[in-house]
Amino acid sequence: MKKSPVSMTINGQPVEELVEPRTLLIHFLREQLNLTGAHIGCETSHCGACTIDLDGKSVKSCTIFTLQAEGAHIRTIEGMAAADGTLHALQEAFREKHGLQCGYCTPGMILRAWRLLQENPDPTDAEIRFGIAGNLCRCTGYQNIVAAIKHAAILMAGAQQKEAAE
Amino acid sequence: MNARVIASGVHQSAIHDSAARHVQGSALYIDDMKEPEGLLHGWVILSDRAHARILMLDLSSVEAAEGVVCVMTARDIPGLNDAGPIMKGEVLLADQIVEHEGQAIAIIAARSFAQARDAAKLVRVTYEDLPAYLTIEAALQAERFVVAPLHMQRGDAARAIAEAPHCLSGETSAGGQDHFYLETQIAVATPQENGEMHIFSSTQHPTEVQHIAARLLARPYAAITVEVRRMGGAFGGKESHASLIAGMAALLAARCGEPVKLRLSRDVDMLLTGKRHDTLARFSVGFDDAGRILGLDMMIALRAGHVADLSGPVLTRALCHVDNVYWLPNVKVSGYACKTNTVSNTAFRGFGGPQGMFAIEAVIVRIAERLGLSSEAVRQINHYGPGQDTTPYGQSIGENNTPRLLEELKTAADIARRRGEIAQFNASHPYIKKALVTYAVKFGISFNLPSLNQAGALLHVYTDGSVHLNHGGTEMGQGLYVKVAQIVASCFQIEREHVHISSTRTDKIPNTSATAASSGSDINGMAAKAAADIIKSRMAAIAAAKFGGAADDVVFSGGYVYLGNRSISFPDLAQLCWAERVSLSATGYYRTPDIHFDQASMTGSPFYYFSYGACATEAAIDILTGENRILRVDIIHDTGASLNPAVDIGQIEGGFVQGQGWMTMEELVWDQAGRLRTHAPSTYKIPTSRDVPPIFNTHLLADAPNAKPTIFRSKAIGEPPFTLAISCFLAIQEAVAAAAGWPAALTLCAPATPEAILRALGGGKEGSAFCEQKAAKKLF
Repeated sequence: MKKSPVSMTINGQPVEELVEPRTLLIHFLREQLNLTGAHIGCETSHCGACTIDLDGKSVKSCTIFTLQAEGAHIRTIEGMAAADGTLHALQEAFREKHGLQCGYCTPGMILRAWRLLQENPDPTDAEIRFGIAGNLCRCTGYQNIVAAIKHAAILMAGAQQKEAAE
Repeated sequence: MNARVIASGVHQSAIHDSAARHVQGSALYIDDMKEPEGLLHGWVILSDRAHARILMLDLSSVEAAEGVVCVMTARDIPGLNDAGPIMKGEVLLADQIVEHEGQAIAIIAARSFAQARDAAKLVRVTYEDLPAYLTIEAALQAERFVVAPLHMQRGDAARAIAEAPHCLSGETSAGGQDHFYLETQIAVATPQENGEMHIFSSTQHPTEVQHIAARLLARPYAAITVEVRRMGGAFGGKESHASLIAGMAALLAARCGEPVKLRLSRDVDMLLTGKRHDTLARFSVGFDDAGRILGLDMMIALRAGHVADLSGPVLTRALCHVDNVYWLPNVKVSGYACKTNTVSNTAFRGFGGPQGMFAIEAVIVRIAERLGLSSEAVRQINHYGPGQDTTPYGQSIGENNTPRLLEELKTAADIARRRGEIAQFNASHPYIKKALVTYAVKFGISFNLPSLNQAGALLHVYTDGSVHLNHGGTEMGQGLYVKVAQIVASCFQIEREHVHISSTRTDKIPNTSATAASSGSDINGMAAKAAADIIKSRMAAIAAAKFGGAADDVVFSGGYVYLGNRSISFPDLAQLCWAERVSLSATGYYRTPDIHFDQASMTGSPFYYFSYGACATEAAIDILTGENRILRVDIIHDTGASLNPAVDIGQIEGGFVQGQGWMTMEELVWDQAGRLRTHAPSTYKIPTSRDVPPIFNTHLLADAPNAKPTIFRSKAIGEPPFTLAISCFLAIQEAVAAAAGWPAALTLCAPATPEAILRALGGGKEGSAFCEQKAAKKLF
């Protein structure tokens, strides 16, 4: 099949590639760019294992063509930690608060939680539960995931205050 | 002597060993691994008939499709076309006859995943339909069973029922459940030289994958190596059915001489692989004025699907859990594994136990309804107690933690006050009804079949003091790897960061059992400790020789090894052992003691011990829509001296929510032609973050070390908390009773979906006022 050029920014890096028009974004990320943190769970937008952040929205990358992401700014789990390897507050909180078991949903869950906290930096439990309802976890019962996101919100608020003070 | 102890050993809430990588997306699942050169992608062609003869199978267009490298049917299998884990003759690829919709009839390898998937659509099949048995009822009537019926008996149930002051008969049913592990089934098979094969398989049972791949390929077991680092969830679904996927990948790889990856799409996964057995139970029970069960005669029928697979052992465990926490003096339970033209059901967390435990609760609530007692009173009076503490299969229950759990729960869940509030609420609210139930569970720990209760481990200590750990258990997210690493760290008294966890491989630990039956840490932990003890005794001898003293007096503590007032660091002692030419590598082996079971008479002591738990669950229903919510759950669970409290609490919460899904929302729907209509998350709903109870308190039973000498006196945790979620159904049923009376509530079956609740509110017919109104308007 004829390939078309596509360009976008992923985790702050410009990306220019050739893809088949039918290539879904999840396959482009995983197979062409070797960014395998986003996982394939259902291929129908229901489970959220493939969630990434695209131009300020949480997007399930299994149901968008790569070409639709032309010019987009994308963030994946591989772009969450700082360049020196320091974990993002959300990553630290999911680790510390046991917000995972098998871990398959974790990258998508963290990306979704990140966007949620951008939109609502101090969510209630109910708002977190509402905000992540598009991401399935079969292992944890969500308790520790909600706790991790709450904890991350506190860490992030603290970091912001510190920044402002400086 | 320095009394330092390590900070990262057993009984600590250690973080999951892969957590730091999971949060960065760098913990690799099989589909994340770098693909080898020339990797081919597999796909499975499925039957779209429930029971039919294949008159013509035309694969020529598939073979000719772009990118296709090979297509295989049953006739192309070099060895035996047999993927049966226990019974023989359970075919991997259908040969002339298909026995369920979704059965594999051919497999494809192509250059790309898309090419394999596209080519599969070009198959042409002509079928001649055969009579299909789709339901438990149909199979029962035709007496179609995959294994011989089982009968468990104590005393004279028939006589006790006849002579009892009261008796009644009843029926209940519970639906099946898809595992919905987030990572679908996957394997990568890579041919090696000399006809050998390496298989990465997302499996709970590497040894079985090895055996079945060897059987399909007509190779000795030793020629097949199976490896798994982690699974993206399993829950029993990757116990026997992982070998189907791995077997297909191995066949394609052997035929093509290239590595082959077979990753199932979600739809194919749900069609091709089995689920929890749905259940039908019928019973007669005799009881006294207080609600005491005097005699129980029960029939439990499971939908086994098209082959036996694990249905025999699942049925055995169902029968062994009908008693739950209740004393049944005269009891007869008969079990039937019904052969149906639906996908073979298989292991799923609880393995029949939840089905048996669900059935007895139908007996309890019917007794309560008949006598006008509370169901709680009937539960209470039937609990095991002194002198009444032997199970129907003849095992003494040993320590009984139920009374303590229920007593502590009263305070923890503030039950008396909330009951009052709920009564007031129900009296005043026009269409929301609530209920609160307390519920206790007991779960038998060990594989029912004694020979499966064995495990092995392999430990190497290197001369820098680092340790390589390997054992036969697999990691599916449950935290087994970190628990066993904590055990090894505690044994050597070195911090856990020095213990390096490695993937489970059949060439390191042979002849293993599945990581199943909640037994993972019990048996693999003991095997790892046995290996550590062997190495420690060798190291102690060297330390004793160096310091001059007895090896028995050598103490490992806080990274050092002590004898009297002299000490040496653990790494230095390892180096010294090497210099003295002493082996620092050992295998450890464990077999669970004191267990026996006679399958013919269904008697014995199959369980090394029992795990206990109790919960208080509050539910609400909307009688206009049938919608339900679980509002609050308080759990106290018995984990013995927990190896890792954080991991155990995670297992309890996750297990409960999975059970909540089974009891309240997950519904498998087959149409009249036997086609599964719910084979994707669009139609099959598992709990989301909005479905779980907003108030969810979990406590571990304090100061309750296992009375049996298990690994550091801990108890198993994988399955028991799942069964606590039966309380979700019971609470919803009581809420239905509060709205429409008990006779209506007794018609409720699981799962208690909004539709089922509306039906029950109408007395079991589509007859609630609301339903009639909707029907009149032809809204559905």
